[in-house]
Amino acid sequence: MEVGIVGYGAYVPRHRIKVEEIAKVWGADAPSYKRGLMLREKSVPAPDQDTITMSVEAGRHAIHRADVDPAEIGAIYIGSESHPYAVKPSGTVVAEALGATPDIHCADFEFACKAGSEGMFVALSMVKAGQMDYALGIGADTSQGAPGDALEYSASAGAAAFLFGRKDLVAVCEETHSFMTDTPDFWRREYQFYPRHAGRFTGEPAYFKHITGCARALLEKSNTKPEDFRWAVFHQPNGKFPMKVGQGLGFTKDQLEQGWLSPTLGNTYSGSSPMGLAAILDVAQPGDRIFMVSYGSGAGSDGFIWRVTDRISSVQPQAPHTRAQLEDRPIYIDYGTYAKFRGKIRKLGE
Amino acid sequence: MIGSARYWREVPQRYRYEAAKCVKCGEVFFPPRLVCNGCGGREFTKQTLEPNGSVETFTIIQVAPTGFEDQAPYAVGVIKLDDGVKLTAQIVDCDPESLAVGDRVRLEFRRVQQDGESGILCYGYKFVPVAK
Amino acid sequence: MREVAVIGAGMNRWGELWEKSHREIWTEAALEAIDDAGVDHVEAMYVGCMSGGLFMGQEHLGALLADQLGMGPIPGTRVESACASGGLAFRQAYLAVASGAHDIVLATGLEKMTDVDGGMATYALSTAADQEYECYQGITFPGLYAMMARAHMERYGTTRRQLAEVAVKNHLHGSMNALAQFPMKVTAEQVEGSVMVADPIRILDCSPITDGAAAAVLVPLETAKKMRVDPLIRVAASAHATDRIALHERDDLCWLASTAKAAESAYQQAGVGPTDLSFCEVHDCFTIAEVMVIEALGLVDRGRGGSAAEGGFTALDGRVPVNPSGGLKSKGHPVGATGLAQIREVVHQLRRSCGDRQVKDARLGLTQNMGGTGASTVVHVFERM
Repeated sequence: MEVGIVGYGAYVPRHRIKVEEIAKVWGADAPSYKRGLMLREKSVPAPDQDTITMSVEAGRHAIHRADVDPAEIGAIYIGSESHPYAVKPSGTVVAEALGATPDIHCADFEFACKAGSEGMFVALSMVKAGQMDYALGIGADTSQGAPGDALEYSASAGAAAFLFGRKDLVAVCEETHSFMTDTPDFWRREYQFYPRHAGRFTGEPAYFKHITGCARALLEKSNTKPEDFRWAVFHQPNGKFPMKVGQGLGFTKDQLEQGWLSPTLGNTYSGSSPMGLAAILDVAQPGDRIFMVSYGSGAGSDGFIWRVTDRISSVQPQAPHTRAQLEDRPIYIDYGTYAKFRGKIRKLGE
Repeated sequence: MIGSARYWREVPQRYRYEAAKCVKCGEVFFPPRLVCNGCGGREFTKQTLEPNGSVETFTIIQVAPTGFEDQAPYAVGVIKLDDGVKLTAQIVDCDPESLAVGDRVRLEFRRVQQDGESGILCYGYKFVPVAK
Repeated sequence: MREVAVIGAGMNRWGELWEKSHREIWTEAALEAIDDAGVDHVEAMYVGCMSGGLFMGQEHLGALLADQLGMGPIPGTRVESACASGGLAFRQAYLAVASGAHDIVLATGLEKMTDVDGGMATYALSTAADQEYECYQGITFPGLYAMMARAHMERYGTTRRQLAEVAVKNHLHGSMNALAQFPMKVTAEQVEGSVMVADPIRILDCSPITDGAAAAVLVPLETAKKMRVDPLIRVAASAHATDRIALHERDDLCWLASTAKAAESAYQQAGVGPTDLSFCEVHDCFTIAEVMVIEALGLVDRGRGGSAAEGGFTALDGRVPVNPSGGLKSKGHPVGATGLAQIREVVHQLRRSCGDRQVKDARLGLTQNMGGTGASTVVHVFERM
């Protein structure tokens, strides 16, 4: 039986900070960052936005597109490395706000930037196993980069939600593959505010090895070649890596560009490749095949092959498009406001 | 600050915008109540608020209450939703100085307040401007 | 029901009374009213206090203050209706005398607001609004009145300058009141240039945080006559009405329905209309409040409140002087005491003992005391006989 996506939605906060604005504070060379990382600006969550609020908005878009009664949703899985509570699920708030309680299973996932695709994989698998008719998988993050660290130029905020089911599909899942090893490239210990990373070790032995490993296995498993796909999307820690890994695998710029949001969105961590997928679904045509591979430090990748159905064209206009949100009235902030928004300023009593 | 029970009790309204419509006269109440103060009716049906509305009036808070200081200046308005129900809420993602009565806005789910650094996070609705 | 007279009134100097506890503040005002009445006891007392718990950490004020009075184990009742607590305490005292339950009753109001910091005071005041559906969202009291002001400006063309003129007038009146907290005169430019609190309301549009108390003594009119009180001041009307507590729940954001309702009832009881009034003491917690109150009282047409102060209509020598005491704006606003202080002013005006701020030929005075954004209003009319 075919399973897949019945509704999808993304959420992009309106605030932005430019690479130059961050570089100015740290005496860094903005042009070389922009060139090297292929990043121009990134989204910033307002102080009243977090993984929960963005998940609710993305989830509402997904449910609205699916035109499904939220009470029929059997599970909600939210992947994030910035769940607002250390102990207390994000999923309960989201399920309650979406009107999906109380007959529902929920879990919060964490696997660096891969938590979102993980939630999608488990939600999809629950439906595939016949455990439930519908399951919602969400990737969302409001990640923090340490002040002055390279990550500060990219760590951004956004969410994407996918409702999985067996009927009225907008995209059929043709194949999945997961690939994982223990690789300490990026981590955040308990009670630490900012993550740490292993510099250039995060590249070849981490990001590239796992995405490439997952992608090759997925192509082999499905007996497909890059040219069989209309679109491809990979995890986007910056602007450069996804283009490099995609082209290295044999995908073209044309296949990659629609889901390549990072140059103006930044790295939305758990939201990254899922938001790219949402941006592709916004414009995909019936019959299009989409190749997707996520990446999470630690490290691992989840790969999916989607085939778009005829129903796509009727759901595309039912909620705001991802790129339209990305371009909608951005509010540029200075570093001082950014530092205040992100809780980087130590105040009285803290 | 708001304790767990008091916050949790209003979840259907703050998260899902659940209102009550008087069966007898049709007036919609948010939050729901036991007696209609229009006709005295005591029977209601559940109704979800319309997410879109217009700004009836607003202010820009400069001197904020405890817990809201970091947000100042911020706009708070009375918004008339398209179903006729009026709400008080913040209007965010905008330059407060450029707001005007009559502006079109829509509900969005946001964190409204929090009990310090260790207490509960309190969610609910705010309004954001609709693209013109 | 018996006719009722006010035979004594008291009030101390208001302000930031750092050295005085609420017990002293209250007892000074109560004793002044009792001494002013020339009586040696009261049978019962009422105290209006908005938030003893939040401002002072002290509830059970009926018993505590009755004890301070030293007049035996008399019934002591605390009355609360937010900023209208004082007016309502007077009304309860009035009803006690009118009904025949008691023959001599002390009505008082009290608030000690400066023992807490600004944040706590703001919070305590905000409890007069809907906590779950207004304050939860981060609105403040100045913010609520600011929204009323903007609605009034949008609909009726009321100007920023017209709001400022209310403050100018009331500070001018207050400059002649030795008990006022802020007796300084202000200019419209100063008001318009003062710190923004909640756009369009600025700090000089706001009444202050004040410690203070006020009191009055009530007896049956017949008793007052026997005591040869001169002039006799009769309570010609006592009215109270309510409205929905949340501003957004009201049909008309520019209209104080509870004030209009209470005024209508008061005019009917007294057999008078707004044109018969010699003067009014009204609840100008913010400049916009006075603008809207004088409309609801029928002193001016609906929507025309803005031009009243600007045009001199409500000045001391105007057609209907409003807030000859300086109002909440200049005199101060210890919330629970305000309603009684208005009545104390009316008593002195009707006795024609107000010196420089005396309203000429004062014969009929009205007080309007309002809770929250107008969810409760108490109106009294007093007549010099």
